[in-house]
Amino acid sequence: MSTVWNAILSPGMFSESFMINTWISGTIVAVISGIIGFFVVLRGSAFVAHALPKGGFAGAAGAALLGVNTVIGLALFSVGGALSIGWLSRRGRHDVVTALILTFLLGTGDLFLNLHDVYAPEIYSLLFGEVLGVSGVEIVDTAVLGILCVAALVILYRPLMLASVMSEGAEARGIRVRQIEMCFLVIVGLATAITVPIVGALLTFSLMIAPAAAASYVTHHPMRAVGMSVAIAVVTVWISILVSYDTGLPVGFFVAAIATAAYGLARGWRNLRSRGRLSARDRQKLSEQTS
Amino acid sequence: MMEITQRGSHGDVLTLKDVHVQFHNRLVLQHIEFAIQPGEFVGLIGPNGAGKTTLLKVILGLLTPNRGSVTVDGLPVKHGNPLVGYVPQKIHLEPDTPLRARDLVALGLDGHRWGIPLPSRSRREKVDEVLRAVDALDFADAPVGRLSGGEQQRLLIAQALLTQPKLLLLDEPLSNLDIRSAHEVVRLVSSIAQNQGIAVLLVAHDMNPLLGVMDKIVYLAAGNAAIGTVDEVVQNEVLSRLYGYDVEVIRVRGRILVVGGNNEVSTDLLQPTQHLDSMGGATD
Amino acid sequence: MKKLLHVLFAPGFFTNASVGHAVLVGAVVAIISGVVGVFVVIRGQSYLGHALGDFGATGASATFLFGLATLWGFLGAGVISGAGSDVLGHGHRRRGRDVTTGVIHALVMGIGALLLYFDTTMTNVTGAPETILFGSIFVFDPSLVPVVVVLGVLTLLFLLILYRPLLLSSLDADLAKARGIPVRWVSFFFMCCMAMAVAQSSLVIGALLSTALLIGPAATAVRLTKRTSLAMVWSATIGIAATWLGILLAYDSYDWPPVGRGWPVSFFVTSLILLFYLVSRFRLRHPLTVARETQTESRRKEAIRHEYSVERHS
Ligand SMILES: Nc1ncnc2c1ncn2[C@@H]1O[C@H](COP(=O)(O)OP(=O)(O)O)[C@@H](O)[C@H]1O
Ligand SMILES: [Mg+2]
Repeated sequence: MSTVWNAILSPGMFSESFMINTWISGTIVAVISGIIGFFVVLRGSAFVAHALPKGGFAGAAGAALLGVNTVIGLALFSVGGALSIGWLSRRGRHDVVTALILTFLLGTGDLFLNLHDVYAPEIYSLLFGEVLGVSGVEIVDTAVLGILCVAALVILYRPLMLASVMSEGAEARGIRVRQIEMCFLVIVGLATAITVPIVGALLTFSLMIAPAAAASYVTHHPMRAVGMSVAIAVVTVWISILVSYDTGLPVGFFVAAIATAAYGLARGWRNLRSRGRLSARDRQKLSEQTS
Repeated sequence: MMEITQRGSHGDVLTLKDVHVQFHNRLVLQHIEFAIQPGEFVGLIGPNGAGKTTLLKVILGLLTPNRGSVTVDGLPVKHGNPLVGYVPQKIHLEPDTPLRARDLVALGLDGHRWGIPLPSRSRREKVDEVLRAVDALDFADAPVGRLSGGEQQRLLIAQALLTQPKLLLLDEPLSNLDIRSAHEVVRLVSSIAQNQGIAVLLVAHDMNPLLGVMDKIVYLAAGNAAIGTVDEVVQNEVLSRLYGYDVEVIRVRGRILVVGGNNEVSTDLLQPTQHLDSMGGATD
Repeated sequence: MKKLLHVLFAPGFFTNASVGHAVLVGAVVAIISGVVGVFVVIRGQSYLGHALGDFGATGASATFLFGLATLWGFLGAGVISGAGSDVLGHGHRRRGRDVTTGVIHALVMGIGALLLYFDTTMTNVTGAPETILFGSIFVFDPSLVPVVVVLGVLTLLFLLILYRPLLLSSLDADLAKARGIPVRWVSFFFMCCMAMAVAQSSLVIGALLSTALLIGPAATAVRLTKRTSLAMVWSATIGIAATWLGILLAYDSYDWPPVGRGWPVSFFVTSLILLFYLVSRFRLRHPLTVARETQTESRRKEAIRHEYSVERHS
């Protein structure tokens, strides 16, 4: 028995200091993404959640060119991208603008890479993640910025919710819908800037969509959906780190695969349930119609 | 503006005086002048593009008119006034949006406040009360995205009632509903107006579903408006003056159709200029 | 005069073979992407249009591994994952569709990460992520030209057949259903068109420019005209202009600092496309356009519904 455990939980997984950092930073990232993901899914902003991490990556390349901290480059590009998307979008729709800003950011990134030889594995790790190389200092930075993002979302919760489900109604209530949406985009950009250097663009993006989408199939209670989304994200990250450590394969793959599996299960479960039994109300309606 | 009925201005919930709205040199509303009293059910009727939504925006304080004044309950309009309840046309939600009917309605109470909502008895009671008023307690805990259009419309009305408004504005609440649900919504709104003394301004491009319940009609066409009872306003001569060309009012089997030239202008007003091979302003 | 010409067109621009190829292929890609892109923009499927490039990239990584022709990787992965998004997104509105696309996108990119990992550890392909992400119009395999042209013609033919049902189901799915148009199949076949267009463009100019040429020119064109067919012409023209100017600037940039390195075409093309779009957004704001812009969606649909029925009756 103990050999099985040893095979799964390889020695050193919880004791080596870089692994401890990995666990902590992975968990922080999962919590932030799970919460933000709730609104990303509610608003259908999947494209933005994909574009900002990916476009931010170009900023990292630019920072490498100038020899400054990559996080600064990332933050500049992802928050700048968020602001431009918000500024150019009309009536809450921004898919075209997102595509344009994303390609522009990537084009700029291509330029930076051309002007300066970046080591290929470094690009790979920014795109697909390399959780095994986080320092203690970075963890503190991440935690502080992460708490800021979450706090901002808690403050914005109700107006953002109202603006997301009923934008005209929100306007009539005196809410400045555009500003609120802008704030949300900036929060996504900021969260991107802190999570991408740790886990890579792919992981950030997977964690912002699939867990929250899965949660929305499981519960219709908004607060519970937020909690469920965080829980799925955290468990996904933990299992992924575990398996990635054991197999040596890229963690981004496992996160994407497990999160998608959770989504598939949740969706299948919802379909079964809504097909399997009629709710009391539906039954009453049916009997009304037949009588 | 044609003064068909003269009413005193004391105790009016809403008064508009000589309102003009202009967008880029284009006059969209001109010389709009009318008043609504407590508990009155007023239909704001007009073809598409007549400026109905624009007028609502003016009343909500979202748009400042280029000329004229608007007062709600005797005071100048202000953005986010709790005395004005607003019911948007429709919400577009995915079937699995994690939001129950009661969460949507509760947003009407404190959706503009910062922070996450804390559960409280009085909050729940207030929400239950308006849910009861629109007969929505049955589906209070159902996911909003899975409700029918009529049920969602009732929730939107409930949401607008939470701030205890004196004036309820509804922008085309009937246009996405089948005849039966539309009828239910009209009945509900009219009973709210009667029982709670709330004045209602309901926008529609077709006046027929409202014929039995409207106290007054504001007819808007080509930026001009006329107010009065249906019989006073819906007349060949009055409407022709509004439109600026000859239109004819036809009454058949209790329905009213307004036709002008060769095309019908009231029941379903269409822009005759576009070809199928035109994409209506694709989007971003 | 000659000096000026030299500044505009660095010496050798017109005689350089790879420039000639790039100009030709760039035009073909710009036309196809531009035409397909108009529908992508009208239907609000920009995200899927972009994701298809990444789907294709994962397919390409797979073919690296198995030594197949990259084209099949691009096409196969594009169509399969695109179909997945299409099926899962069915019955959802725009918001929900983008979320399901996002879920599939993340999964496919995750698989791509795994494949790339194998590519770099098992074979000696380095810089694979860069090639797939950015690509370059100057360094593609000339033997691909016929493939690209054939694929492009097929895509356009396909789109021509779909044109009317697709237009109607894009504008008003309910009306299209009522007219007996198989909306789901139309949507699926259009997705295949998109996958083909994206595959051929990613193949020769990289996933990045593929998205840029698919969305940007079309988004600009639909602001210039309300007629779909005219928008396609505009879109293709803008795409060609951006590509050619981009190639010219990239060629000239060999003389710019740092000398001899050259700035990438993708940078110029994406910047030009964004610039064109911004100009269309902010310069064309005369009252008429503004008034037209603010027309509500339902009103537009009503107009089209009306026109359609009139046309049928007459
Ligand atoms: N922000 C705006 N800028 C320019 N024109 C506008 C704006 N809003 C509305 N319009 C124009 O004003 C007219 C009235 O619009 P609207 O009030 O929405 O009509 P209705 O609600 O009666 O259909 C329309 O012609 C519309 O194009
Ligand atoms: Mg309107």
